[in-house]
Amino acid sequence: MTPRLKKARKILNPPTIKGLKPYGLEAGKKGLSPLSLLYEEYEAIRLSDYDRLNHHQASIMMDVSRPTFTRIYASALQKIAIALVEGRQIAIEGGKVYFDSDWYRCSNCMCFFNHPEKETELAGCPLCGHETIWRYDQDDPHIGEYFESDICICTHCHYEHKHQPGHPCNQQLCPECNSLMKRKGTPGCI
Amino acid sequence: MKTAITSKGNTLESKMDQRFGRCKYFVIYDTDSKHTEFILNPNADAEEGAGPASVQLVASQGVNKIISGEFGIKIKSLLDSLKIQMIVIKDPDIKIRDIIELLNH
Repeated sequence: MTPRLKKARKILNPPTIKGLKPYGLEAGKKGLSPLSLLYEEYEAIRLSDYDRLNHHQASIMMDVSRPTFTRIYASALQKIAIALVEGRQIAIEGGKVYFDSDWYRCSNCMCFFNHPEKETELAGCPLCGHETIWRYDQDDPHIGEYFESDICICTHCHYEHKHQPGHPCNQQLCPECNSLMKRKGTPGCI
Repeated sequence: MKTAITSKGNTLESKMDQRFGRCKYFVIYDTDSKHTEFILNPNADAEEGAGPASVQLVASQGVNKIISGEFGIKIKSLLDSLKIQMIVIKDPDIKIRDIIELLNH
């Protein structure tokens, strides 16, 4: 019989460092191998001691059961204690995890997208390349309304029409007077 | 950079399929070579597990973006671990040609 598979743990924020090194005269002399602190153990410490959640709340954040969270946390503390006492390096690596990513919305083509590669900066909309993007919060219904009500306005004769997703306002010509249009409410338009 | 788009048909004039796992075709578009390829989705009529099977199919093509109307709950964690970006377009009438034009910005 094969053992039961481990459930993937959800990580909200990957660690900013790859590990920690001891310093001092004795540091690194004994040639001890670095301890590997798993990503899920790092996340357990972060949720429990940095964000000060209790184990029940933290287990929900990581999408595991409360006893499993406590086991992960205990193993993390054990490793940190070993590293501290024996003066060993800590390498944050490995573990069965997945990263939960945030959602964004493009102001131009109205598409939603996520950003799985946290290490790189988000440059713009991956679909149309437009630079103005909003972080999309599902709990904020106001954001959705704002997008639906977008209007292109002519800077010359004040002609208005509904904004077409995917067609930048400032590349549109006014059907009345053939001058350039702008997004209503942005600086420079009336 | 390869992008997968879910499609209802195998022409550029077909509409985007709002479903990911059970779409009729996948369009694999390469933004560098401008090459478009249509792949019939064998999981379109699957009873169960169409999503993960489709992820496998698309990932084997070396795609790093997927454009669709909706993604199921089983998909998100899979795509996150594969570092594939999801793009959701909530417009049921958008054509494959329009999406490719947007990608060529």
